[in-house]
Amino acid sequence: MVLRRLLYALALACALLAPVQPAIAQADTASLIQALGEAKNYTELEQAVDALAATGDSAAVPALEALSAGALYTKKLGGAVLIGVERGADLALTDPLTGESAGTEPAGGYERIRVNNRLRRALRGAIGALTLLSPKPDVRQAAAEAVYKNRDAGALEILEEALAKESVASVRVAMIEAKAAIQLAGEADDATKLAALEIIEKRGGRESLALLGQVSANASPAVAEAAQAAVKKIQAELQWWAILQNITYGISLGSVLLLAAIGLAITFGVMGVINMAHGEMVMIGAYTTFMVQEVIRTSFPALFDVSILIALPLAFLVAGAVGVAIERGIIRFLYGRPLETLLATWGLSLILQQAVRTIFGPTNREVGNPSWMSGAFDIGQISLTYGRLWIVVFGLIVFAALMLMLRRTPLGLQMRAVTQNRRMAASMGIRTPWVDAMTFGLGSGVAGLAGVALSQIDNVSPNLGQGYIIDSFMIVIFGGVGNLWGTLVGAFTLGVVNKFLEPYAGAVLGKIFVLVFIILFIQVRPRGLFALKGRAVEQ
Amino acid sequence: MAGNTGAKFLTGLLVGASMLAGVAVGEARAQDTIKVGILHSLSGTMAISETTLKDVMLMLIEEQNKKGGLLGKKLEAVVVDPASDWPLFAEKARELISVHKVAATFGCWTSVSRKSVLPVFEELNSILFYPVQYEGEESSRNVFYTGAAPNQQAIPAVDYLAKEEGVQRWVLAGTDYVYPRTTNKILETYLKDKGVAAADIMINYTPFGHSDWQSIVAEIKKFGSAGKKTAVVSTINGDANVPFYKELANQGIKAEDIPVVAFSVGEEELAGIDTAPLVGHLAAWNYFMSNETAVNKEFIKQWQTFIKNPKRVTNDPMEAHYIGFNMWVKAVEKAGTIAPDAVIDSLVGVAVPNLTGGMSAMMPNHHITKPVLIGEVQADGQFDTVWSTPGLVVGDEWSDFLPDSKDLISDWRKPMSCGNFNVKTGKCGGKS
Repeated sequence: MVLRRLLYALALACALLAPVQPAIAQADTASLIQALGEAKNYTELEQAVDALAATGDSAAVPALEALSAGALYTKKLGGAVLIGVERGADLALTDPLTGESAGTEPAGGYERIRVNNRLRRALRGAIGALTLLSPKPDVRQAAAEAVYKNRDAGALEILEEALAKESVASVRVAMIEAKAAIQLAGEADDATKLAALEIIEKRGGRESLALLGQVSANASPAVAEAAQAAVKKIQAELQWWAILQNITYGISLGSVLLLAAIGLAITFGVMGVINMAHGEMVMIGAYTTFMVQEVIRTSFPALFDVSILIALPLAFLVAGAVGVAIERGIIRFLYGRPLETLLATWGLSLILQQAVRTIFGPTNREVGNPSWMSGAFDIGQISLTYGRLWIVVFGLIVFAALMLMLRRTPLGLQMRAVTQNRRMAASMGIRTPWVDAMTFGLGSGVAGLAGVALSQIDNVSPNLGQGYIIDSFMIVIFGGVGNLWGTLVGAFTLGVVNKFLEPYAGAVLGKIFVLVFIILFIQVRPRGLFALKGRAVEQ
Repeated sequence: MAGNTGAKFLTGLLVGASMLAGVAVGEARAQDTIKVGILHSLSGTMAISETTLKDVMLMLIEEQNKKGGLLGKKLEAVVVDPASDWPLFAEKARELISVHKVAATFGCWTSVSRKSVLPVFEELNSILFYPVQYEGEESSRNVFYTGAAPNQQAIPAVDYLAKEEGVQRWVLAGTDYVYPRTTNKILETYLKDKGVAAADIMINYTPFGHSDWQSIVAEIKKFGSAGKKTAVVSTINGDANVPFYKELANQGIKAEDIPVVAFSVGEEELAGIDTAPLVGHLAAWNYFMSNETAVNKEFIKQWQTFIKNPKRVTNDPMEAHYIGFNMWVKAVEKAGTIAPDAVIDSLVGVAVPNLTGGMSAMMPNHHITKPVLIGEVQADGQFDTVWSTPGLVVGDEWSDFLPDSKDLISDWRKPMSCGNFNVKTGKCGGKS
């Protein structure tokens, strides 16, 4: 009888206990999330975040992520803590713990929980520690990286647990590195620290350097010495990467310069027109991109990723048309009078700038990056951005297309004929005024294309073109007037030289050195890198 | 750049001609209005920032006229365009004072334009309100500085970073001209006084409109990987900021790792960028559009109605003009006249509400009291105030951290009436 009762009681206790365990945790997490809304200042909020992280309950992750993104709200009446997504003047609310929708309410009744940088760092560590056991490998990888950056000793226990279970090799490596970072930054015996040092040294890179720099301050002599040696080794390695980095940055800058200058290489280089309004053609291209995106944003949001591709032909046509109008309206009366052309086109550039300022306003316009042009990827220790990479590719494509057009098409043939010997070409039945207008339109249109590319990396403002006009002339003259290959080589040379000078001389002096270099170079080779030869030059 | 000036002169001529035409009509009823000069560039590189200030002045004048004007007369705005051309600023200032006989002028943005008009205002004894944060080291009887002096912006920002973020290593990055150079000199001395080693300070200057930031951002990244918490103090000006922040985002520098605190980036500048990757970077100002005071909400509503654009933002220099204009109105009412000498004397001590909910007062050194706010960039292009000074800070015109100026004070009240009184020698006039 007694035994039976005892068994009964035991069974009951077991049945009760089993579900009770998670229920307590759930309640605990819920009240801790509630505490986020009750914190009166950043210090209290940080304590609340730490308390949540200490539960090890991954159910808290959505709340912490929302907090980090500034999307966690408290209700002004009652103080309920909810995740909110702005829908105009309303908030679409969800419960942070269950993920259930809590309806849509006016934003006025809610207050956003504010975070600062210190809290964001704490949140990064907390979210990292809580997602180490996530079923998704990429989430675990990001979690390990976050723990590595924060090196919070509190995460060590859960890291060990995650490490024991981990099966994906790359995530495992990240976790081992995170563990080593915690051991190095925190309290551990020398043997552990030395082992950790080896792992960090193998990892290399700037972040490891930062970690090692901290180590030498508060460690035993043996560890400090080893850390010093590791720092030296990583630095030596980084030096090589720095050279490679300067070259890639130089190529990237060169491609921007190439795009800006290549249109000028046609109008100035081939036709001999000093077109000071060239920069404004670039600006018109950039504003065309803005207009295209504006229409897409309001009418066809789904097309945003291809907005740049749509803008390209339009920018070419718009800038080209403006170019033809300028040639027909002004420049054709000024052929053979370079000084007057210079003054007229320069006045025109001011008029165009002010016109754009009046139409679009003096402030910068936002041109968005399509998804395939944003973000970066790493090659060793160099981070390259997709946007810049595409601009390099685009610059080369435009160059190749122009080359083909000049060499292989009837229009290109006529252009070359007219610029080499106008009277002879006219006698052969070429309509020289028409060819002039088309050539100038082509140069301007290419500048418009450059504007589309520049809108991705620079300000879209009325002053956009001004910043490139001097550089463009410099490149065309340096490369050799009348030769597209010269423009290509000139742009990349100046880009790379600039990037090698910048770290040592500073940006201001670097620019001056480049100018001095070009002045000296022109003394030696007045016709630039690739001088045109033959009778055409003698005119 | 001789050609540059020439063409700007041409545009200036055109604008001037159209102004003259306007004057001929205005002269007939000049007797019953008080004229207010507005000296902001509406064309050229600075138009991007200054056009807004012209508009805000027009709005303030219109509002004042709705309230019945000043001393029983209507106010009349006289707008001229100095076209971002520094010598032209002086010419236009002279035109405003001598030809249009304005009672006071509100204008200038860059320090070089202020330095260019300063002798004109002193010679013709007129009043200028200058609304932009600047490097200090100046105090003129005829100029009222409603923007921040370095101790109202730069130094509190550095204090905040050192205390709240634990920053030990500093990058001082700026555009290469007088404001960043002087501010950085002050900050360098200040940091060294606080025990920061020279090796922990990196100073970098870039030309105006610098657009390729790849290698400089890489340098900052390198400087920041020495194991000490690093921050960037940016005095980078206007146009160069957008590519700078884009590059920071591109190279993955997050505010949690290397925060950037800027002194020239406000709501207007952020309007041209996607701010999502910049969340957490800082700015130090005396006003943010996000202030939740009733007077600020009213101001924003007024502005957006006036400019007919519900998305237009407000910024710090606009608040400075709001304060300066109200101070001038109050001082004229107190003096009962627009005569410059009387107004200059009655301006000192005038206090008007600012938009952060307090009262700003004009001090004897012609600088005003302001709260200092540190804000973090939000995803919607606004700033969230994360820290503010407990009280108001008095603008300090002569920095205590520069050897040339630490003994100087300015007090324009009688009997001292001196802009550079040396407390060591007990004499007015001159650096030590």
